[in-house]
Amino acid sequence: MKIGYFPGCSLDFSAKEFDTSLQAVATSAGMELEEIKDWACCGATSGHATNHLLSIALPARTLALAEEQELERVVAPCAACYSRLATARHEMAEDKKLFSKVTGILKRDFTNSVQVMNIAELLRDNLPAIKEKVTHPLKDLKVACYYGCLLVRPPKVTGFDDTEDPSSMEEVCRAAGATPVKWNKRLDCCGGGFSLSRTGSVIRLGKEILEDAQAAGAQAVVVACPMCHSNLDLRQKAIAEQTAKPLEMPILFITQLVGLAMGISEQILGLNRHFVSAQPIIAKATVKALPAAREEA
Amino acid sequence: MEKETASGESENTSASAHHGHAEESFRSEVRQAIGLNPAKCYQCGKCSAGCPMASEMTLMPHEMIRLVQLDRRDRLMQDESMWLCLTCETCTARCPNGFDPARMLDGLREMSLRAHGENAPRRIQAFHSSFLDQIRSHGRVFEFGLVFAYKMRSGALFDDVLNAPGMYFRGKLKLTPHTIDGVDDVRRIFDACMAEEER
Repeated sequence: MKIGYFPGCSLDFSAKEFDTSLQAVATSAGMELEEIKDWACCGATSGHATNHLLSIALPARTLALAEEQELERVVAPCAACYSRLATARHEMAEDKKLFSKVTGILKRDFTNSVQVMNIAELLRDNLPAIKEKVTHPLKDLKVACYYGCLLVRPPKVTGFDDTEDPSSMEEVCRAAGATPVKWNKRLDCCGGGFSLSRTGSVIRLGKEILEDAQAAGAQAVVVACPMCHSNLDLRQKAIAEQTAKPLEMPILFITQLVGLAMGISEQILGLNRHFVSAQPIIAKATVKALPAAREEA
Repeated sequence: MEKETASGESENTSASAHHGHAEESFRSEVRQAIGLNPAKCYQCGKCSAGCPMASEMTLMPHEMIRLVQLDRRDRLMQDESMWLCLTCETCTARCPNGFDPARMLDGLREMSLRAHGENAPRRIQAFHSSFLDQIRSHGRVFEFGLVFAYKMRSGALFDDVLNAPGMYFRGKLKLTPHTIDGVDDVRRIFDACMAEEER
């Protein structure tokens, strides 16, 4: 069945590797994604922090377009976009007055019928198909699965996994052959939208997260959100100024990790686009590739 | 409750105009505007205990809720703390009495803007304005344009300048915007939502 695809503004450019790796993994696992035509920005934090109605109406337009394309489900890989789409859907379902106000603004036939999924949910729900395509299991790779905030909170909006003790990202990483570590900061906030406007807070929060991942023995942090990625990867240089030695912690999108295990090329996965090099992980994947390739031959 | 909407007009003038409205307390105004009952909070402090920004706030989340309960509009609306909330939703997920502090802070920020309050830190305000301008102009956020507009508004001209070449060479910086076909649709949604707010 077709799944609607809402890339969101970050995946359109600065996090293009999240888009290319997701598309490659989806194709390999037999998922058919169809982009929502002419989608608009979800409004993100600047929408909901300043105008509640706008924060519902902007994602509602996208959900209405998805209905027009006869899509029953939409995946939003950016955790912030996911949160805005899922929140809009939830609030309009709970509040009929709000729903009729929004449909009046949209001027479209809209029934609020589209289900909204995040990337961890999509991959977890397709685990059997993914496992079948894993040719290069990432054995010996220890990863810290980082959920951050909006994949699992608030529970009334998300509801696909346990709010305080989720496991879907770990399940996906295990399917890719990697070993998830136990750590404390996987549900803590990275500073989200404050990357530009309050960078000091982002550095403080990122440092706590990465130091905890490292202490738990992780060789990489796996994320499912372009803002988490940027705050932990791009800002790692600034974080290093406050630590005894650089953390050098590669930050991978979960689709890049799965893609590596599927033997998808690092160019398609966009692994060269990160500030902290992912080479140590790629090397592991390549070493493991050899026996698998021999088996096939 | 419905009659309370009559006070909406005074909200647009200034915060001080509210002192003439003895009948309507700040807490009932918040309840009306946001749809949450502040009395639901029994001040256990769980929200502040898990808040990642509490250490940077002069007023912690449970203290902000308390000020609403006590009708302390001026004290709350002069403080920047509400703007430091990242909406990570930890407070809302953990509230033992089913209150929604994150939603309340969103609503308070909106009320502050409507009353032309100036409690938002300049950079955060500049970021939000620049971000929304991008959506209105293109239907999507054009990141390079966002950073440029933000720098002009906030005065943070040289922040991150050293990261720009790194971003460019990693293909993370696009220099020309894409405007969606339905940008007029998006502008109409903006106008309708702003008009609704004025009512």
